This record gives sequence, structure tokens and C-alpha cells, in this order.
Amino acid sequence: MNGLQWLGASALGFFRRLGRGHLFFLDTLVALPANWLRPRLIVQQTYAIGVLSMIIIVVSGLFVGMVLALQGYNTLVDFGAEESLGVVVALSLVRELGPVVAALLFAGRAGSALTAEIGLMKATEQLSGMEMMAVNPISRVIAPRFWGSFLSMPLLAAVFSAVGVLGGYFVGVGLLGVDEGAFWSQMRDKVDFHDDVMNGVIKSIVFGVVAGWIALFEGYDAVPTSEGVSRATTRTVVHTSLAVLGLDFILTALMFGE
Amino acid sequence: MSFEPATADTPLVEIRGLRFLRGSRPIFDGIDMDIEAGKVTAIMGPSGTGKTTLLKLIGGQLRPDAGTIRVDGQDVHRISRKALYELRRRMGMMFQSGALLTDLTVFENVAFPLREHTDLPESMIRALVLMKLQAVGLRGANGLMPSELSGGMARRVAMARAIALDPMMIMYDEPFTGQDPISMGVLVQLIRKLNKAMGLTSIVVSHDVAETASISDYIYVISQGKVVEHGSPQNLGRSDSPWVRQFMDGLADGPVPFHFPAPTLAEDLLGPA
Repeated sequence: MNGLQWLGASALGFFRRLGRGHLFFLDTLVALPANWLRPRLIVQQTYAIGVLSMIIIVVSGLFVGMVLALQGYNTLVDFGAEESLGVVVALSLVRELGPVVAALLFAGRAGSALTAEIGLMKATEQLSGMEMMAVNPISRVIAPRFWGSFLSMPLLAAVFSAVGVLGGYFVGVGLLGVDEGAFWSQMRDKVDFHDDVMNGVIKSIVFGVVAGWIALFEGYDAVPTSEGVSRATTRTVVHTSLAVLGLDFILTALMFGE
Repeated sequence: MSFEPATADTPLVEIRGLRFLRGSRPIFDGIDMDIEAGKVTAIMGPSGTGKTTLLKLIGGQLRPDAGTIRVDGQDVHRISRKALYELRRRMGMMFQSGALLTDLTVFENVAFPLREHTDLPESMIRALVLMKLQAVGLRGANGLMPSELSGGMARRVAMARAIALDPMMIMYDEPFTGQDPISMGVLVQLIRKLNKAMGLTSIVVSHDVAETASISDYIYVISQGKVVEHGSPQNLGRSDSPWVRQFMDGLADGPVPFHFPAPTLAEDLLGPA
């Protein structure tokens, strides 16, 4: 009986949380347009969320591109197809690794920070205090941060892919001696703007929405104690990573599956 | 914004039959209260009796399970969200922690409600903020960050912020807890002075008996979800209810037992591990 009770209680808890999460998302969506009357808030958050994540994105992108080139070259050279290295590197980055790895890094770098910040604001009654000053924390605190992640994510993914291609170029052309002309011209021929680049951008937009939503909701819904905030931060990283990987499969199946 | 001050015969805050449960445990079980305009009303009771919860109910942050709370004639839990926000602009609240925004300076914290709700030019905001800070004696601290303030100073900044929009009433949540005698004295004076100078209605939630009694016009004592006694501080001082005596005189044992409810000591010690 106790096991059954536990099962029921956790299912109810899960669905309650799911419901709260969706109501929260709805409230945030409603509050979004009005933020453009105060663009300074959006700029501040885009800086904190996006610009400050640049270093980790650039460094990771560089190394991922370099590794891709090394691995790709070893396989391609067996078939004498090493001149397609540019295509391999660019397609992997633009379609998959750019959006996905950038989103995973984003969850660790910016998502966890957002959750901790909002959770602590809740724990120190700053959100309550705002409400009592007739300021809606959803529109003053949550919505600008949501804009920040929505705007940053596609840009970060684009930077990741671009730097990754450069990394692949350094290793492929500079180190392994792939012909430079073939590297770039094959990339230009085979990477389609609409099918490859835009689909990657769409993915990163979806990931930006999901990562922002999860991070902000976890903070907003955190148990207002030190333990609660720490758990919420962990959940943000875990849930965002799982959601990004799961959604990536679904989106890939929709976009590239025949 | 039309604003008719509550007259002497209609209280500013009117609480009727208030019931509020946390889980299945009743925090309030049928509370009636009238808070007169222009007065300092104290709500006292031991820790854990839900005094802060009561302020959150008055401010519309929590919903009661039964009963009504009317502030300035409006039922806080029936009016639209927009009307509630309009009403909250005329209510100030000082949280126990101060609840200052930690990423803004003292000046910006006090300016926050003005910037959010008005389009006043910068020079006017500056003048208003400095006046409010002057009132709480912290004009010189306007450039500090909240982390650089002592607890008492943070509460005074929170007070300045609460009066920034010239509200009709202000609610203090445990203003005296954990203060040294000097800051305690400052806060006690300030609550009384601000009430008079700004024509406010003040609600002070506290368990510091002497300080609160010295500045309030009327006191409600709550315990176990009910109002156990109410009246002027003088009347309460003369009350012979054993409960009120225990609370006002700070006796360890009495109607409120020293021990949290438990099985007998022998049972507990000899029982299974």
C-alpha cells in the first residue's frame, strides 16, 4: 500500500509541476512583448547570458572542429576522399554539433547561473518584495532573461559552428595537408543554405527557448533554501541536457528523415 | 487614481472569518480583525503563528481558504490582477530581511518603485529618493550596496523604499527581530514618526512585546489560529487571561506548553529505536 501511495504521490507531484511549468511559460510569453518598451533590460541580459558565454563557446568550438578534422581525415583518407574533409566538418557542425553542443554548454554556463540567480532572489524574498511593490517579477525579472537566452542561443550556435569550421581548416589544411581550394569549394557546393544551415538555426532557436524556460522555471519554482537552490541548479543542467538531446532527435527526424 | 480615505467608521483593513490552511494544518481558523486608518496596529503572537502569512494574505500574495480581506473597501482576493496591482502601489511592505535588490545600490533600490511606476524626470527621482532616505537617516548611505549594510540599516532602506510611492498604509514584518538596542530604538521611533508625518496606517507584526506595545494604538494577539485578545496596550497590560499574561510577561510555561507535543518521555526512551 505504501508503495502504491508513493507512486500516486510522485505522479501527482510530477503532473502538478508540469502544470506549473506550463502556466509559468504562458505567463512569460504574455509578458514578452512589453519588454521591448525597455530594451535596456533585454540588452543587459543578452550581455550577461550571451556575450559572457562566448569564451567557452569559442574555445569548445575550436577544439570540436579540430577533432572532427582529425577523425574525419583518418577515415576519408582510406577512400582517397580527404578533399571532402571540409564538407564533413561543416555539415557535422552546422546540422548537429553546433546547435547541440552549444546548447549543452549553454545549460552549464548560463542556465545554471540563471537558476541560481532566480532561486536566490526567491529565497531572499526579492521576488515577493517586487510583487508587493506592484511590480510583476515575471515581466521585470523573468521575461528579459528569457529574451536573453532566446536571442543568444542561435548566435552562440552560429559562432560555435563558424569557429569549428576554422578549427577544422587549421588541422585539415594546415596540419594534414588537405588541398585548401578543395576544402572550401566542396564545402560551398555541398552545404545547402536552406536544408543544412537554416535547419541548424531552427534547432538552436528551439533549444534556446527550452533552455531558457527550464532554467528560469527551475529557479522560480525552487524551494527557497540553500539545498533547494542547489537541487534546482542541478536539475536545470540535467533536464536541459536531456531535453536538448531528445528534441534534437525529434527535430532531426522531422527535418532530415525521409 | 481616485482615492477616498477610509473614514473613522470604516476600517482601512477589514478581515472577516479568515481561514487559511497549510497542507491540512490550519494556520488561521476564523480570524476577524479591523485595522483603523491612521493608527499603528500591532499583531502579536509567538513565532510560528503565521503572522507573516497574515501580511501576505493582506497583500494578496496568498489566497485564503475561506473568509474575506477588504483593504480600502476592495476585496483583495476578488478584484482583478490589475486592480490588485493598483492597490499594492498604495501599500508598502517592509520584509524582515529587507528584501532589497542585491544588484542595485541603496539609491537605486529606493528609486526602483518610482522608476517602475512613474515617468518622473531623473532630477525629480533624485530629490524624492534623497528625501525618503533622509527620513530614515540614511541619505549618506545612498551609494552603498545592500551587502554593505547592517541588518538594521537594510530595514531602514526597505522602509524608505516602502514609502517611496507615498502609500496609504505600510506593513512591517518583524521589524525589531535581531536588532541591537540602538537600531531597535531607531526603528521603534521611525515607525511611529513615519506614521504621523506621512499620515500612514501601519501594521506591525512582531513578537517583541515591550517595543511593539510602546508604539501601537491597538494590539491583536493571535495564537493557534485565533485572536485570543485584542485591545489597547493599556487594556492588554491589565488582561488577566493566562495566555496573554504568559505572552506579555514572557513566561516559559503556561497555556502554551514548554514542550512540543510528544509521547511521554518514558515511552519515547524505551520505545523501539
